[in-house]
Amino acid sequence: MMRTKRRAFVAGLSATAVLTGNRVAFGQKKYDEGASDTEIKIGHTCPYSGPASAYGVIGKTIQAYWKSVNEAGGINGRKINFISLDDGYNPAKTVECIRQLVEQDKVLCTFNTLGTPTNTAIHKYMNQKKVPQLYVATGASKWGDPKHFPWTMGFQPDYHTEAVIYAKYILANIKDAKIGVLMQNDDYGKDYWEGMKEGLGKEVGRVVKHVTYEVTDPTVDSQIIQLKDSGANVFFNIATPKFAAQAMRKAGAIGWKPAQFLNNVSVSVASVMKPAGFDNVQGVITAAYLMDPTDKQWEGHPEMKMWKDWMTQHNPGASLSDASNVFAYAVSFLMQETLKRCGNDLTRANLMHQAASHHHLRVPLLLPGITVSTSATDYFPVQAVQLQRFKSETWELFGDVMHAESS
Amino acid sequence: MAASSRKWLLALVAAAFVVPLLQPLLPDAVSDYRLFLVSTMMIAAIAVLGLNLLTGFNGQISLGHSAFYAVGAYTAAILMDKLDCPYWLTLPAAAIVSFIVGYLFGLPALRLEGHYLALATFALALSVPQILKYKWLEDLTGGVQGIVLSKPEPPFGLPLSEDQWLFYYCLIVMLILYWAAANMLNSRSGRAMMAIRDYHIAADTMGIDTSLYKTVTFGISAAYTGIAGALSASAIAFVAPDSFSFFLSIKFLIGLVVGGVGSLVGSIVGGIFYVLVDNSAQALSTYVKSDLGLQFDLSAYTVFGILLILLMYLMPTGIVGGVTGVIRRLRRS
Repeated sequence: MMRTKRRAFVAGLSATAVLTGNRVAFGQKKYDEGASDTEIKIGHTCPYSGPASAYGVIGKTIQAYWKSVNEAGGINGRKINFISLDDGYNPAKTVECIRQLVEQDKVLCTFNTLGTPTNTAIHKYMNQKKVPQLYVATGASKWGDPKHFPWTMGFQPDYHTEAVIYAKYILANIKDAKIGVLMQNDDYGKDYWEGMKEGLGKEVGRVVKHVTYEVTDPTVDSQIIQLKDSGANVFFNIATPKFAAQAMRKAGAIGWKPAQFLNNVSVSVASVMKPAGFDNVQGVITAAYLMDPTDKQWEGHPEMKMWKDWMTQHNPGASLSDASNVFAYAVSFLMQETLKRCGNDLTRANLMHQAASHHHLRVPLLLPGITVSTSATDYFPVQAVQLQRFKSETWELFGDVMHAESS
Repeated sequence: MAASSRKWLLALVAAAFVVPLLQPLLPDAVSDYRLFLVSTMMIAAIAVLGLNLLTGFNGQISLGHSAFYAVGAYTAAILMDKLDCPYWLTLPAAAIVSFIVGYLFGLPALRLEGHYLALATFALALSVPQILKYKWLEDLTGGVQGIVLSKPEPPFGLPLSEDQWLFYYCLIVMLILYWAAANMLNSRSGRAMMAIRDYHIAADTMGIDTSLYKTVTFGISAAYTGIAGALSASAIAFVAPDSFSFFLSIKFLIGLVVGGVGSLVGSIVGGIFYVLVDNSAQALSTYVKSDLGLQFDLSAYTVFGILLILLMYLMPTGIVGGVTGVIRRLRRS
């Protein structure tokens, strides 16, 4: 009698250990393809060439990250074999690359594959093959769908949710809002736009003007003039850095002074706010989840210091003012942490399980107060943002950290 | 065609049919991934074949074949997505739609020669991805999000994997198209096409309706490339405007020049070459950097470029022209 009880107790204990994800001490060595006693193979695609090659920076920083992890002894004694391929932002090419990674190189998982159309192209395949497609580098909202795609997980707060937050803020704080929207005409722009419409709900009529531009356009001057003429008193700026800066500069130049909301994609002080002219961007509001390396308020922050040291030591030549490098570091840290927690059970199922078991994990360079939480039904690692307002030469956080429930 | 080379060709085709069946024996050498890669080579070969009909045999330059490829791919994707059309039926549909688009584009192209035609087709290549995103077409094309499809399944319950079947599917389509092109070029019309290429005015004087031939050739060329696009939609199981950038046209052009302008076999070689080198260039560049330890940060495209320059220098008439030249020289000596 006593015996069975003890056995039940032990069983219960190990079950708890499994549930809390602490398998390191108990787990036997278990491997799927791509993992062994000595190495873990991870696949990655990113546009190092072609029109979207500016994103290549992220891939290079991630490579430097795994190199530094390996130099420090790897993860639980295993070296990371990180195979990064160039897909040129062409979805057809991504399929080729990913099939090579999964079937030929036999990676354990892919990590931070970049781009919405490119990830869409491999979404079904990865889930059919049951290979983890972790922490993809896109803000579309479709990556957190564990019911239909249990092997795919996003990372950053999705664009849709972010736009909902702005919409709610506008409705609550601005009287008689008349909204003018500038939008980049692609998937990313549309995600924001849908979110804005959803957030406004039946007040959607408050959008008095909606103009778009193409990535290939030289300027957005004429769009801004149209927005001014529409009589809008709120400006929602869904634009990538170059265009966001142009838009705010032009608005200032023609004397249009609406309440401005800027998407998180373009929060960089160095590459957006400064070129737009500090005079023109006072009071602009945005939502952020990462620390901006060019923002003076983080200069003394220990995590920022650590990042800068790491950058000079392991990623020399990369720009210290590029927020992409902060992003790459933070998401790689999360991946490292996830692998660490897998312990010796490096199966794909356990990897997904660990990725979906983060509980208020602090990832460096996220804004203070923002942590990573996931569960079997919540595949959105970073879901909180905080609003910030531009003041003199830096962003100033205000309000609370907002945990948005994504659609 | 000489009897001996026909024998070789038949042996090659027979081998191509046997290879996928070796999968149970050699699972690593004949992996699903490799079969898929060869399928993409055949698809590229068909597209290059289409371009060759226009440029190599009719003397019209096109930088816009990515547009016809996109038209074919989207025709197939929309038919499968909206109308649940079986995948094999999308090929004739894609061919017809691409033919019409190509023919219509061929009409104004009649007034343009050489560089001007190149520019006009360049504009076509640039505009098609934008048109696919256009809001009135968005319901149909899925806009920037594209259309997600399913891969073709083997018919009649054949015990083949999806990739094995895809291989056969592409192979059969390629052989039919190759045969059709070879016959066409061997006919009166084919000779007319080439006569126009060689000396436009002379062809005119001989009574060839040059404008008709030129526009129809444009249409046929577009149809070939459209079929390749439709095949790729099935193979990749996804279409999006980003897949059909102007760079794709350059790919076809590279395949054409490298394989051999005005050579049918060259088109096939060119298609294979492009996919092969495109894939190995990156492996080569990492090899140079990490294994040879050279401190050159060569991008994959640099390697690709160097290979192209070398090739053009050594075999200015393309691989097929170069190889036959070498064989001829060996026989003579």
